[in-house]
Amino acid sequence: MQQVFSIPKSMKENFRYTFCPGCDHGIAIRLVGEVLDELGIREKTISSTSIGCSVFIYDFLNIDCVEAPHGRAMASATGVKRAQPDKVVFTYQGDGDFASIGLAESLHAGLRGEKITAFMLNNTTYGMTGGQSGPTTMMGQITTTTPTGRNKEYFGYPIKMAEHYALCDGVAYSARVALDSVPHINEAKKAIKKAFQVQLDGLGLGFVEILSTCPTNWHMTPEQAHERVRTEMVETFHLGVFKDITSEVK
Amino acid sequence: MENEKVLIKGNYAIAQAAVNAGCQCYFGYPITPQTEIGEYLSGKMQELGRGYVCAESELAAINMVMGAVSTGVKAMTSSSSCAVALMQEALSYAASDELPVVLVNVMRTGPGLGYIYPAQGDYNQSVYGGGNGDYKIIVLAPSTVQECIDYMYKAFYLAHKYRNPAILLADGLLGQMMEPATFGKYPYPEIDHSSWALSGAKGREARAIYSCAREEKKQIQHINNLFKKFEVIAKNETEWEEFMTEDADIILTAFGSMTRNIKAAMKVLRQKGIKVGCFRPITLSPFPYDRISELAKDGKDFIVVEMNMGQMFKDVKYAVNGKSQTSLVNRACGEWLSVEEIVSSVEKIMEKSYAASI
Repeated sequence: MQQVFSIPKSMKENFRYTFCPGCDHGIAIRLVGEVLDELGIREKTISSTSIGCSVFIYDFLNIDCVEAPHGRAMASATGVKRAQPDKVVFTYQGDGDFASIGLAESLHAGLRGEKITAFMLNNTTYGMTGGQSGPTTMMGQITTTTPTGRNKEYFGYPIKMAEHYALCDGVAYSARVALDSVPHINEAKKAIKKAFQVQLDGLGLGFVEILSTCPTNWHMTPEQAHERVRTEMVETFHLGVFKDITSEVK
Repeated sequence: MENEKVLIKGNYAIAQAAVNAGCQCYFGYPITPQTEIGEYLSGKMQELGRGYVCAESELAAINMVMGAVSTGVKAMTSSSSCAVALMQEALSYAASDELPVVLVNVMRTGPGLGYIYPAQGDYNQSVYGGGNGDYKIIVLAPSTVQECIDYMYKAFYLAHKYRNPAILLADGLLGQMMEPATFGKYPYPEIDHSSWALSGAKGREARAIYSCAREEKKQIQHINNLFKKFEVIAKNETEWEEFMTEDADIILTAFGSMTRNIKAAMKVLRQKGIKVGCFRPITLSPFPYDRISELAKDGKDFIVVEMNMGQMFKDVKYAVNGKSQTSLVNRACGEWLSVEEIVSSVEKIMEKSYAASI
């Protein structure tokens, strides 16, 4: 009998699923696992992990991982790659880890053109601590620390990481994707693959910002949460490829 | 070059010793009075095809070291006092993750920004740590440029042998002074890290290095294991230096480059007929409590001489534990306590205790 569906080899067997119902971490991690399989790089991949809901990647992926303190994953990944240039190195971080407490590390890794890959899940809130406003919280969004909604006078503006990263000369690929529908999930997988490919080709840093849900802290059902990604989030966080030097190389 | 005597500045000696020790990666951020270490290594590491990053901050630098050493290679960072303060979080992680991080601290003054004159105010920061939780760091304190080389080698060896962060605690005086020194070869065996280091999960189970402690009992066990390990380190690696303590009534105690001045003061006091010896902890952590306790049991008084407000003094006092007198001769920072100052302070302390005894 032909097997048409299986868990990627890059994922652990019998893991315990610890994310909330409707959370997109499960899809994102699975996509990373599928891409590691397809590129055949699982056995030479090392991940620097983050703090936040994204921390548990080592429970799911069947790869070597080293933890970094909150925000320092891109520095840790830089160290791994400089010590082991032949390995494939990536980080998997939330928006708070990557774009708030770790913004300096993230930007400078991009400017240095570290040959690493980074994924930032943008769910517009601090999920693990219960839904506070973060660097990506959208205008008008109500969180536990923006009780009347984010306004520009008091709280300022959200960061658009994929666009910022596109301005870094060392970044080879920067894209923003979403996981709200099958077509978008397919697009996301292509972007994740590309972000690894630019590292494998030694071109520079590959980055994908992944719009994702946090139904628990958004106080929504999984379906409502995905509807929010589809209708509201993409208005602020436009989907697309903001930089791809491989198209220039061609 | 290996056995040749060279006149060299402390910071350059530290840098070249790291190269000789097989340090594969250096990550650092400039700060006086240790900037020469990074400057020297920027060229050297490129030339040798090793890793070098002038990091965006000290936070980034030490986390780059953590990433690098998680793959089993030797890597280091160097910094000074107020910037080492920024690295304390990572040291706590590295101790819990059992990562062989090597850090050189060429001390300046504090608190806060302080200034670039020398001081020994980071004894507490190094020995007791500024990071969260229960953990211990190996701390080595050189007193000459030659020892900067010898103990740079040893810092790498001990960090890798025990998979524990190690600090080489120098000061601005040592970093900036030139002295004759010999490099020799890195004298220690290489440690095999293949059983734990990250290399990609090829033909084996995936490995995860992390301090996240979701199970209470496991965490208690983990901390107990870390402390058991440090007991072994204390048993095997505690190192100190003693001069003429056998017949001494008073033992001058100092660490790092202040050792030089207490040795000179001892000579002057001996000429005056006062029976003075010297004791100098080389490993500040593990600290030679037992040896100090033995000497105190013989009724020998201790005078601690240090360039801070009495940080090592507390450890000496703890070791002496009331068995003899313990006094402090100190200045917060700046101009090193001179031999004359130490001699006259010792004489004053003696007069006082003589007056107290009659």
